[in-house]
Amino acid sequence: MSETADRVKKIVVEHLGVEAEKVTEDASFIDDLGADSLDIVELVMAFEEEFGVEIPDDAAEKITTVKDAIAYIDEHKG
Amino acid sequence: MFDLTGMTALVTGASGGIGSAIAKALAAQGTRLALSGSNLEKLEAFKAELGGDHVALPCNLSDGAAVDQLVPQAVQALGKLDILVNNAGVTRDNLAMRMKDDEWDQVIRVNLEAAFRLARAAAKPMMKARFGRIVSITSVVGQTGNPGQANYAASKAGLVGLSKALAQELASRGITVNCVAPGFIRSAMTDVLPDAQKQALLGKIPAGDLGTGEDIGAAVVYLASREAGYVTGQTLHVNGGMAMI
Repeated sequence: MSETADRVKKIVVEHLGVEAEKVTEDASFIDDLGADSLDIVELVMAFEEEFGVEIPDDAAEKITTVKDAIAYIDEHKG
Repeated sequence: MFDLTGMTALVTGASGGIGSAIAKALAAQGTRLALSGSNLEKLEAFKAELGGDHVALPCNLSDGAAVDQLVPQAVQALGKLDILVNNAGVTRDNLAMRMKDDEWDQVIRVNLEAAFRLARAAAKPMMKARFGRIVSITSVVGQTGNPGQANYAASKAGLVGLSKALAQELASRGITVNCVAPGFIRSAMTDVLPDAQKQALLGKIPAGDLGTGEDIGAAVVYLASREAGYVTGQTLHVNGGMAMI
């Protein structure tokens, strides 16, 4: 597992208060992890802070699974 | 009660009649302020009068790009942002049939759109902090209407709807969003009314007098306080009983 994946999963566990085992790469934030739309906004803010990337709104809307987040961050972090 | 020591606030229209009274009331409870307004000279003069460790942040609220910078500037200057007071407002009165497009646009842009832009920006640091207070100054005419003020009444009613939607979106994060609706408040605008008109006006106010900026400042302090944490999506009418809604 990549370092990005570890850090993303840690943030998801902390923000959504879910068990780490549930945060698989295919997990959907809303359907599998019980997030609402405001949780997603907060997760995106947390990712931006943790990785120093900017995630514009149109990109953020496409991030629906843990895998999507990891891929976006790996592609855009400095 | 209502101690705001250690809190920070951004107040728009801070050098105006009601805005300066709101700023004074918040400062008196211990808030550190970012004072915004369009006229730097007036702002600096008011800041000097206020004393204390406040900052002046001039901004033209009809310029969307400038408005989007205001909250980040306030956060940078104050270190955090607990309270946003959308107070700034303009009037361009005219009968609706005679109202020019730019009279409509200007009022909606400053009174309503700027409030939305500022609230959108303020929600971010407030969500992170799990605490925030957004208070918008609407008006009794947003509820009752007023001939010659289609634009102004629409903008003020718009603030109420905006606040209710935001209140629902942000309640779970410790952020409350409310409005204060002044009635007729003693100001440079009401001072110049002819006596006959003033008497007619007072006849409609059960309290028998115009309100003051301090009356509005006290209402804002309450809604900004920790004690008002369970109050959200509401409009607090401060109008001497002239409209009971």
